[in-house]
Amino acid sequence: MSKTNTSSNLNWPLEIYKIFAKNNLTQIAYVPDAGHKSLIEYCEKDDKMKMISLTTEEEGMGLLAGAWLGGDKGTVLMQSSGLGNCINALASITIACNFPLLMVITMRGEWNEFNPWQVPMGSSTEKVLSALNIVTTRCNNENEVAETVNAMLGLAYKSNCVTAVLLSQRLIGAKSFME
Amino acid sequence: MIKRRSAVYELLKNRKDTIVINGLGGTCWDVASLGDNDLNFNVWGGMGNACMIGLGLALAQPHQKIIVITGDGEMLMGLGSLATIGVHSPKNLSIVVFDNELYGETGAQKTHTSKGVSLKDIAIGAGIKNSHLIYKLSELKAFSDNINKITNLTFLQIKISKDNGEMTLPIRDGSYLKNRFRKALLGEQSLYE
Repeated sequence: MSKTNTSSNLNWPLEIYKIFAKNNLTQIAYVPDAGHKSLIEYCEKDDKMKMISLTTEEEGMGLLAGAWLGGDKGTVLMQSSGLGNCINALASITIACNFPLLMVITMRGEWNEFNPWQVPMGSSTEKVLSALNIVTTRCNNENEVAETVNAMLGLAYKSNCVTAVLLSQRLIGAKSFME
Repeated sequence: MIKRRSAVYELLKNRKDTIVINGLGGTCWDVASLGDNDLNFNVWGGMGNACMIGLGLALAQPHQKIIVITGDGEMLMGLGSLATIGVHSPKNLSIVVFDNELYGETGAQKTHTSKGVSLKDIAIGAGIKNSHLIYKLSELKAFSDNINKITNLTFLQIKISKDNGEMTLPIRDGSYLKNRFRKALLGEQSLYE
């Protein structure tokens, strides 16, 4: 499997990593997605970042609640289908207790998607986030990623709320199973 | 068979400044029966996540002892978290499951542990080597007498009787519990962050 991506000059995964490092995020939880591959690798190389691979995205809600109780900051990286796995823990722990949380979500099921099973959750992701009143910003272009992640991270931790950055499939490139 | 209130008393009798995460349901009332504590975090929702709250805390505070006390139903909903915890194996975390083999808050329906599912064996399979199945108070005592000195990730599945103690409801407001906990653990200035 490989990615069909538009030619890119800006290393936006590195930009995201730098924002994480500058803001002292130390618990980086994730369920891998091809769109997060580079970002995960940048974070793995940083000794100050504890990388927590989850069996399901829902675990990230409890993990980061515990992290904040203990004075650590972090984030959860997931793909759009993973949001579906999170909903009750997200609502009943994170939102119910006003825990700060930034979710960085790579989108599937939209731009030139090959797998029809990805479409229902992907095309519902923004509506689900909206139903939970989660501040959500979508990035379609690489030059808006860094400032968006920085602002949504700031909002989450300054105002004790949940925010989501959606990295569109147009940005990360549609997954190809053929190449 | 051990009564749940005897188990929680025995478990926390030497608690000192240990952090306690109470899984939703009966174990929340059990811990509350011993009195309130700023270092209790009462989990009233998000079933299946109590152990993960413990992991996040254990990674953030590696020198602080943390005990997660939860029920068999709550644990069964978060079995994957045992694998995630086993991978990191924080030495300062203990997970204690009060196993009455039923869902106590919803009409005493049977859980899988009543039908041969072994949480202790699942924990061992997840990499938590120091996992024990406990039937007697004397067995629990060996653990609780040294609760603050345990230096390995520990998992205890304690078989308890089906009778409940007197209902003692702890504080429910999550935002208050969170801020109270952070103030107690991290200091007053944490509230200004």
